[in-house]
Amino acid sequence: MKNLSVSLIDREDSIAIVEGVDLSIREGETVGLIGPTGAGKTITAKAILGILQPIGAGKPPWSIEGEALYKGRDLFELSEEELRELRGNEVSMIFQKPTGSLNPILEVGEQTGEPVDAHEEIERQRLRDMVIDHLGKVELPDARRRFRFFRHQFSGGEAQRIMIASALICNPSLIIADEPTSDLDVTVQRQVLELLKRVKKKFGLSMLLITHDLGVIAEMSDYVYVMYAGRIIEHGDVYEIFEDPKHPFTRGLLRSAPRIDSDHFELEGMRGELPQPPYDVPGCVFHPRCNHVKDMCREKKPTLTEYKPGHYVACLQTDEI
Amino acid sequence: MTEQKLVVSRTRMRFNQLISGAREFASVYMRSKPGLLGLAILFFFIFTAVFAPFISPYNPYTRVDRPLRPPSNKYILGTNDIGQDIFSELIYGTRVSLTIGFLAALCTVVIGTLVGVVSGFLGGSVDEVLMRFTDVIMILPNIPLLILLMAIFGRQSYFIMILAISITGWTGTARMVRSSTLSIKERAYVEASKAIGAGEGHIILKHILPNVSPLIMATMIYQVAGAMMSEAGLSFLGLGDPSTKSWGMVLHYAQTSGGWYANQGYPAWWWIVPPGLLIALTVASLVLIGQTMEEIINPRLRRR
Repeated sequence: MKNLSVSLIDREDSIAIVEGVDLSIREGETVGLIGPTGAGKTITAKAILGILQPIGAGKPPWSIEGEALYKGRDLFELSEEELRELRGNEVSMIFQKPTGSLNPILEVGEQTGEPVDAHEEIERQRLRDMVIDHLGKVELPDARRRFRFFRHQFSGGEAQRIMIASALICNPSLIIADEPTSDLDVTVQRQVLELLKRVKKKFGLSMLLITHDLGVIAEMSDYVYVMYAGRIIEHGDVYEIFEDPKHPFTRGLLRSAPRIDSDHFELEGMRGELPQPPYDVPGCVFHPRCNHVKDMCREKKPTLTEYKPGHYVACLQTDEI
Repeated sequence: MTEQKLVVSRTRMRFNQLISGAREFASVYMRSKPGLLGLAILFFFIFTAVFAPFISPYNPYTRVDRPLRPPSNKYILGTNDIGQDIFSELIYGTRVSLTIGFLAALCTVVIGTLVGVVSGFLGGSVDEVLMRFTDVIMILPNIPLLILLMAIFGRQSYFIMILAISITGWTGTARMVRSSTLSIKERAYVEASKAIGAGEGHIILKHILPNVSPLIMATMIYQVAGAMMSEAGLSFLGLGDPSTKSWGMVLHYAQTSGGWYANQGYPAWWWIVPPGLLIALTVASLVLIGQTMEEIINPRLRRR
């Protein structure tokens, strides 16, 4: 469905935050984007929608290069007006903090209907019915009565349901979910994920799921991209990645997370710290933290190469490790 | 609840929302004694203004007795230099002073809000230009500028006076609204709104304005006080409409027609003191109301 390559450059010093990311999402597929905090996941997503905000007042805007093809159109070539049409109608985004994403002084019903309201003239009554219908579809209890309530009258999980309803109300075909469950507690996380799965099937959606939670990825997605320091370092089918991770970072990541099906209770951490932009490390960006580092890793930049059909790794030693 | 009840019209819904919000606000407000006092004084004056013809004992525009009579049972506050009843003059003056105060404040706040929201929301060079312009207006000394504007354009017109007061007074509001807008536009719900395709107009109307409106309301009350003082000052200096009676105008005539030595060589206090007191009292009541509203909006100011 699309083939995306984004480079972001903060013009002042021209710091590349995200570099040469290629990502494709096929229709009806859930694609997971996983990586540590600050790897550039959210920036990638916001760049797709064209809603990147300059950091702080007076700072130069982001410069975005590359292309984001959606149904054959390059999103970066579209005018602001065309983009606005697309947002909500075709591509919707669900944010990390559900309660913060709701305006405290607007009724939730009104906010659920906001995408429709923003795009077209619609009779109040019809919008009202649509809102109640969609709030019902995201299984918000007692939606008929509560659509007139305000955000502080809902729990975090309920607020996220409302955000999902709002994202779905214009029947988009792609949903970008930016850490939809990080702000929720574990049981509610489960419910929201189940809900996302169900509505995805019901509406025939494609989804880009951004998270740093391996469990969420394993549960939800068909295909995984692993991001590190603004680059995709490995991608492949979800089973493939979990069964046979090739990049040392992916391995480390899997090893540092608990698994319910293993007797192995010792968790391993990864040494070193997350790199900060600008990523001016010579050679492989991961080499300062890598256990298998060799001389060539310090000099040569690895590129994504096919390891197995449909499984790509950016490591110089893929065959040895 | 039945289906029909749910499908309320938008205006109706807005109205209900407003009522419930206002009720909550009122219940907190009623707990503040200074606030109630201010409100009582203001209502008293509004009542006086509305029912001026019924309250005032004489027609303030006609001569009723000999000039410069001291207060007596017949003329509570005596008469002025041409034999008009001062008490009636002041009652009618309430109308002019309050009307100008509220209208000028409304214009001031509308201009300030427009500039503030546009500047804060759009940012960049628009913000830069608007804010530098605001700075320029802000550093111009207000009273001389007002006098100048009135002297050039508006002698004897209250319409021009309202315009002049708004033109010189909007800067503070604009600054406040701008900073508030800057903080609101970074909130997650504004970003979420953008992500679902809302345009700038939509975001301003639905997210920014409702969130700055409490602030605007509180500022407005202070602006009324300021505008009333400006009106009194300008009228006192003789820049008001001489055919209309406002408190400032009464003071003006007291000053120019010998009020300071009309009482057998001493000031005719019944002519000079009452209008001054009325102005002070109204402004004080407005400040009390404004402070109470601020305490509700910004709970950190609340005394415990």
